[in-house]
Amino acid sequence: MANITRSPWLLHYDGSSCNGCDIEVLACLTPVYDAERLGVMNTGDPMQADIFLITGGINEQNRPTVKQLYDQMPSPKVVVAVGVCACTGGIFKECYNILGGADTTIPVDIYVPGCAARPEAIIDGIVKAVALFQKRSDDYKAKVKEKKKAGK
Amino acid sequence: MGNRSVIPFGPQHPVLPEPIHIDLVVEDEKVVEAVPSIGFIHRGLESLAGKRDFNQLVYVAERTCGICSFQHGMGYCEAVEHIFGVEVPKRAKYLRTIWAELARMHSHLLWLGLLADGFGYENLFYQCWRIRERILDLHELTAGGRLIFSVNKVGGVLKDIPEDKLKEILRTLDEVDDELRVIRSVFFEDRSVISRLKGVGVLTKEQVNELGAVGPFARASGVRVDMRTLGYAAYPELSFAPIVSNDGDSYARCFIRMMELFQSIKLIREAIGKIPAEKELEVPIKGNPDGEYFMRVEQPRGEAFYYVKGSGKPFLERMRIRTPTFANIPALCEMLKNADLADVGLLVLTIDPCISCTER
Repeated sequence: MANITRSPWLLHYDGSSCNGCDIEVLACLTPVYDAERLGVMNTGDPMQADIFLITGGINEQNRPTVKQLYDQMPSPKVVVAVGVCACTGGIFKECYNILGGADTTIPVDIYVPGCAARPEAIIDGIVKAVALFQKRSDDYKAKVKEKKKAGK
Repeated sequence: MGNRSVIPFGPQHPVLPEPIHIDLVVEDEKVVEAVPSIGFIHRGLESLAGKRDFNQLVYVAERTCGICSFQHGMGYCEAVEHIFGVEVPKRAKYLRTIWAELARMHSHLLWLGLLADGFGYENLFYQCWRIRERILDLHELTAGGRLIFSVNKVGGVLKDIPEDKLKEILRTLDEVDDELRVIRSVFFEDRSVISRLKGVGVLTKEQVNELGAVGPFARASGVRVDMRTLGYAAYPELSFAPIVSNDGDSYARCFIRMMELFQSIKLIREAIGKIPAEKELEVPIKGNPDGEYFMRVEQPRGEAFYYVKGSGKPFLERMRIRTPTFANIPALCEMLKNADLADVGLLVLTIDPCISCTER
């Protein structure tokens, strides 16, 4: 964790979850679990977010919203699917209105299991996402450097 | 007369994690009309009635909503038990009451925290959620899960709370009681809280009756409606009277939920004092449900009803759920008329919206 140069900001969107995972995501940010001590902040603005936490499966109506939120986030970005519904569709998989997990619409990097996902698991997912974010950020910087060199 | 414009509120917005979309027609800074559109988290949960048998459906019912999950499971189980015509053992009824009231406490604390966050009192938000974790620890201690604990089954409950854990509940509740009194004085006396809540979003008793609002939201406007008075679970044996206020503003809604926290503590203490020492926790269920039943339960957000229809097969013919937030949305839209644009987020919060219940 020591080489992280900036704190990751989260964007949290409720796909079609039952609320269980959503309030656990919020519980992560409150005093007992306190993910803010890792520099994690919850933001409502996709343009400022680095990590996208999505809970619940995808249905026809929220599909464009999820896609739009993902597109609005600047690269590099990491997507974390929180809870079994976001991973596969979960208990609602056979419902007529559920297309499946979050990966039916956007590329998902990290899957956090659980119904409802426990705060410890969510924080673990965030920490893994931070590492991945760091890697992508470094790759991106190296690419820019290379391009600059070639330009000269 | 200013220019009319439409401001979209949601589906992704900072007030609450759930997606709700409201088109706000504003004239300068005043909202003149609010048009809600829902369906962002519609799953089609009721259709699972044809794919899961009536015992498995308990777990589906519990996942209607993660916040009031226990009451959903209880409502469904009681409905099916009524079709079978069985009487649940007394201890199971008391256990259901204890869990239901613990769930109510966690839900109300969650709401009070979100409300504090809504008017920008971050510290109070954190304090409410800190206390809420104590209640969640009790959930975990007694049932094993933090939010969705699946202890209900058709015919009774799956787990017992032994004597030592009941004592632990009482001990924790004593501490929570003291901590809540501190929070209560902030909510009731702090000048900034009062200036944000007093007189904001007033609904009269007539309006609430006409629009069919339920739960603490209706009780804040003087409507004496509480399904716990119908007498399911162990409520008829406990001394219970609904808390009602006549002001009808946001402050009264906050007042009702705060006082209900203390009421829940009182009910749990009484239930633990009266709980019979039985071994039986469930009655055996034979055959399949044949018939139909309406069950009404009081959730943290108000009245939820369960309609269950079986036709002698393991799979139910129909399960229908009407949840409290759905009943409160017309009243919310009425309340948003003539509100300041800056108050919209707060007013949406005061009905304690649970969108995943509403859209199922």
